[in-house]
Amino acid sequence: MVNPLSPGLWRLLAQGEIAPATADRMPLILLVTFLSVMVGLWLLGALIKRRAAALIDPAIVRSFRRRISGNLTMCLILALALLVDRVYTVVFFGLVSFWALREFITMTPTRRADHRTLFALLCVMTPLQYVLVGFNLYELYTVVIPVYGALFVAARVAFTDDPKRFLERIAKIQFGLFICVYALSHAPALLYLKLQRWDGAQNIYVPWHGSPAGLLIFLVVLVQLSDLLHFVWDRLVGKHVIAPHINATKTWEGLIGSACCTAILAMLIHWLFPVTPFTWMGAGVMGLIVSVMGASGAMTMSAIKRDRGVQDFGTLIQGHAGVLDRIDSFCFAVPIFFHVTRFFLIAPP
Amino acid sequence: MLGWVALGRGMTRTAIVFMKFISRPALVLVAKILSGATVRWVDCQPDTCQRVYFANHTSHLDALVLWASLPRAIRSLTRPVGAKDYWTRGPVRRYMASLFNAMLIDRTEIKVHSNPVDAMLREIGLKYSMIVFPEGSRNLTGELGEFKSGLYYLGKKRPDLELVPVYIDNLNRVMPKGEVLPLPLLSCITIGPPIWLESGEKKNQFLERARQAVLKLKEISS
Repeated sequence: MVNPLSPGLWRLLAQGEIAPATADRMPLILLVTFLSVMVGLWLLGALIKRRAAALIDPAIVRSFRRRISGNLTMCLILALALLVDRVYTVVFFGLVSFWALREFITMTPTRRADHRTLFALLCVMTPLQYVLVGFNLYELYTVVIPVYGALFVAARVAFTDDPKRFLERIAKIQFGLFICVYALSHAPALLYLKLQRWDGAQNIYVPWHGSPAGLLIFLVVLVQLSDLLHFVWDRLVGKHVIAPHINATKTWEGLIGSACCTAILAMLIHWLFPVTPFTWMGAGVMGLIVSVMGASGAMTMSAIKRDRGVQDFGTLIQGHAGVLDRIDSFCFAVPIFFHVTRFFLIAPP
Repeated sequence: MLGWVALGRGMTRTAIVFMKFISRPALVLVAKILSGATVRWVDCQPDTCQRVYFANHTSHLDALVLWASLPRAIRSLTRPVGAKDYWTRGPVRRYMASLFNAMLIDRTEIKVHSNPVDAMLREIGLKYSMIVFPEGSRNLTGELGEFKSGLYYLGKKRPDLELVPVYIDNLNRVMPKGEVLPLPLLSCITIGPPIWLESGEKKNQFLERARQAVLKLKEISS
């Protein structure tokens, strides 16, 4: 009746009657804990804003709170989607991809000749990628965009008989497609992985029966924490700016500090909430990878924004940072996290 | 027999009204989603007073999107001006035009006794506002073209109308000339402070001033 591998969290709750399932409820517990911590930090920010305006620069507090509230919204929607079924998670990420790609193309100058290519990307390629993920066709969803998509874009633009800045145009379109759609689509794909874990006592790999939702939640939590830690480290001890022309606030201290802290936190989370098939060392390495990749993503997107001379991707939406600003670090961390997990822990067929 | 015919007509009419009841909000929703339009009112507030919104024209969607982005109460009082030859070609376009209550102006046959300005003023009466594109036809370059004189005569014949400049950004990328499928990018509509025809102002002076008003919004929006 109840599929033990099903990632729907409400099903996991329902399983409580059948099995002593605290382990299965772990993803939910982790998510709730994380959300409460975030809400707590947000409230703390509100408190600081009122009481201790003299001690800390109010601009920092404001920026900190905005960061949290944006992430919180995304996490809440994701939590709702996970709570119902993994299909909704796929749909959720599909919509995020669509919106991000839309923002990306809006910001990137293209020429009239690119119209039909862009239409194909937004309205055909993006849904197709998520349909492939939803049907768990690993051989297809990892190949369709980098092989067929990339070649299609180049050829389709060439067919339109407009040679002006040709290479620049196809590079922009391909990059947008790769980051906004391909990279992000690996997040819901995590839910379909069948993994094994290392059993230290027997020195063999054994099948892992945890909920794959745990993997995704683990990743989301790490990315968010890494972002926040990076921000805090930058503001507190940051001295050496990495690339002042690209991002004036990201420092080496922030990068290294947040990477180490995220690794430690990853191990801590792994110890408190065993939601992943990783060993404790594996969890630490994952934390390190996620943090470094997240920072790289944020830097890359900053570089694109500086190149285009915009403050935020969502400047068209007044006052708000766009979807792309929220998911920049996530986009870079997801495919690597997915690949490393799958490479080392995929269960043999 | 005649009763049946009358009943049939009545039902058809009811069906049409009902269809419009459903499809008008649907059209507005589709227009909003497709264009992802953000609307900014700069030194100007939504108002039900009679206005002439004049905007740059880069896409067929301009009138629809601008109309859809107005608040509902104002939308029902605002009529976009469209070219008759374009909006009466085929049943779909005709239906669309009837949905957003377009004022269709014949641009091929302009005579002294039936000039478009008089026709427009007759149509709006003392109730409606309207949306016009004083460049005449869509410009392809993205640069703002010269304004036709219609706006000047509107201001001269009805000095009480508020002439409100509007700048529509990015819609030419959503649906460029010659394309059928709209690309759902994000666009931005900036609505600026109204202008009026000053006393003794020459036609060319006024048209240039109106054009500058739109250009100023372009600078704000980018």
